[in-house]
Amino acid sequence: MSQLPVAHTPAVSFDAVTKTYNSARGAVQALAGVSFKIEPGEFFGLLGPNGAGKTSLISILAGLSRATSGHVTAMGHDVVTDYASARRALGIVPQELVFDPFFTVRETLSIQSGYFGVKNNDAWIDELLHNLGLSDKAGANMRQLSGGMKRRVLVAQALVHRPQVIVLDEPTAGVDVELRQTLWQFIARLNREGHTVLLTTHYLEEAEALCHRIAMLKAGRVVALDRTANLLAGTANTMLRFKTDSPLPPSLAAAARVTGRSVQLTARDAAQVEHHLATLRAAGVKVEDLEIGRADLEDVFLEIMNSAGLHSSAAIAKPRAVAGGSP
Amino acid sequence: MNGVGTLFRKEVLRFWKVAFQTVAAPVMTAVLYLLIFGHVLEDKVEVFPGVGYTRFLIPGLVMMSVLQNAFANSSSSLVQSKITGNLVFLLVTPLSHRAWFAAYVGAAMVRGLLVGAGVFVVTVWFAPPGLAEPWWAVVFAVLGAGLLGSLGLIAGLWADKFDQMAAFQNFIIMPLTFLSGVFYSVHSLPTLWQTVSHLNPFFYMIDGFRRGFFGVSDVSPWLSLAVVGTSFLVVAGITLRLLATGYKLRS
Repeated sequence: MSQLPVAHTPAVSFDAVTKTYNSARGAVQALAGVSFKIEPGEFFGLLGPNGAGKTSLISILAGLSRATSGHVTAMGHDVVTDYASARRALGIVPQELVFDPFFTVRETLSIQSGYFGVKNNDAWIDELLHNLGLSDKAGANMRQLSGGMKRRVLVAQALVHRPQVIVLDEPTAGVDVELRQTLWQFIARLNREGHTVLLTTHYLEEAEALCHRIAMLKAGRVVALDRTANLLAGTANTMLRFKTDSPLPPSLAAAARVTGRSVQLTARDAAQVEHHLATLRAAGVKVEDLEIGRADLEDVFLEIMNSAGLHSSAAIAKPRAVAGGSP
Repeated sequence: MNGVGTLFRKEVLRFWKVAFQTVAAPVMTAVLYLLIFGHVLEDKVEVFPGVGYTRFLIPGLVMMSVLQNAFANSSSSLVQSKITGNLVFLLVTPLSHRAWFAAYVGAAMVRGLLVGAGVFVVTVWFAPPGLAEPWWAVVFAVLGAGLLGSLGLIAGLWADKFDQMAAFQNFIIMPLTFLSGVFYSVHSLPTLWQTVSHLNPFFYMIDGFRRGFFGVSDVSPWLSLAVVGTSFLVVAGITLRLLATGYKLRS
């Protein structure tokens, strides 16, 4: 039996977590020793390309999967040895759009509430329905809902037992702008009220806008971990954008992000912007629609992912401020 | 309502919402069996002295319905949830493996006994079979429903697709049920097949259940109780173990 949580107990703790899947093609290592903590009240982002290990990590936290080695806790409760307390502390919004076709929205939420032993929960269910724009769908069968509406129900199901930690695994994948705004306003409110939020998303602007701290995973390892502001400040923070039909000189081509005619180049400072422009002029590259702006999280993400191989530099491969920087 | 109570209620609601398919249809099937076999064999077969074939057949059909529907409920519910992915809603809850077992098997028993009662109520009008030792009927119906509900959980855990589930049902459950003496007394079989029948636990469930109606049976009801009781404990133990280890549930 684990100890009762105390004030400084992290909301979520991953300690040297590894996960190896055995398949017909041999063993595949999804997580290669992941360690970090999320403090109570944080809005924490977990980013990484497909196959980086984000969903494996969340599955282990949720009890859907078991770590090959290492320990995971939620509000101080081990997710294996004290799984019941750990799961009461967690609200998981799964990535896949799944539902039970036998029940209405209200029945679905009432049943999920009952699984956690929460009684007389109608007032909170009504509040969830209202805040997620589902009030007029309460009596509708799950099969009758659109994809976006089903996604809202998934969120409501995760919150129905008032968990201290809310885990959202790509909750806005494929949903419209209105739902995204509704969802983030509600989740941000819950975060202000003290709930811890762990978010994985492919929409980096969401992570930049919402998350206090961000961990980046690549090939099952944490390659960056810091406050969002520090990540943005710690990289080349100026972005040069232009269009061209000409090939770039080799010295710039390697570092450029090219999409059709559009080119983006990062620069540390004004002097490097000057240097880039001089290099383009010297190479005879005709530039159109030139813009100079601030780098965003997507630029940081790409820079880290491009430079953080398994034998990457210590500055990036060693996560920064692993336990610090909480709000 | 607590967690296990909620899961039990949800499992009962799941089949009750489609009761035409899960309750009325199996009752109808059993009645058709009775009409056809009873009509053809009523004057040709007397299994027990003084017991006409239709009367003999009714308890067998009732018990067959109990067993098949208890199996169908837990197996289909679990495999559907696995394949559609909505089992995740249950996997993230604090419910223990014992709670899963109690709720799934409990709901399977409710459906099995409900269909069995339906078959009995409808068929009893054709030829009242009597209730010589009713406690045996109750004991074997309850134990049989529990055993098949538990077997259904094992099948649901094992099957990764509906095809595998159909194979389990059609190549294991169905032959064991049909070859258990629902439609005949094993004493009417050649010696070899009598011996084979005695290796089939389903035979003891049917024979013990029938004892409750006629007060006579092919083997002692106490032997049947020992076989069925032991089978239930073994299957329940295996099911609980599979649930506790997360077999095909938690990777």
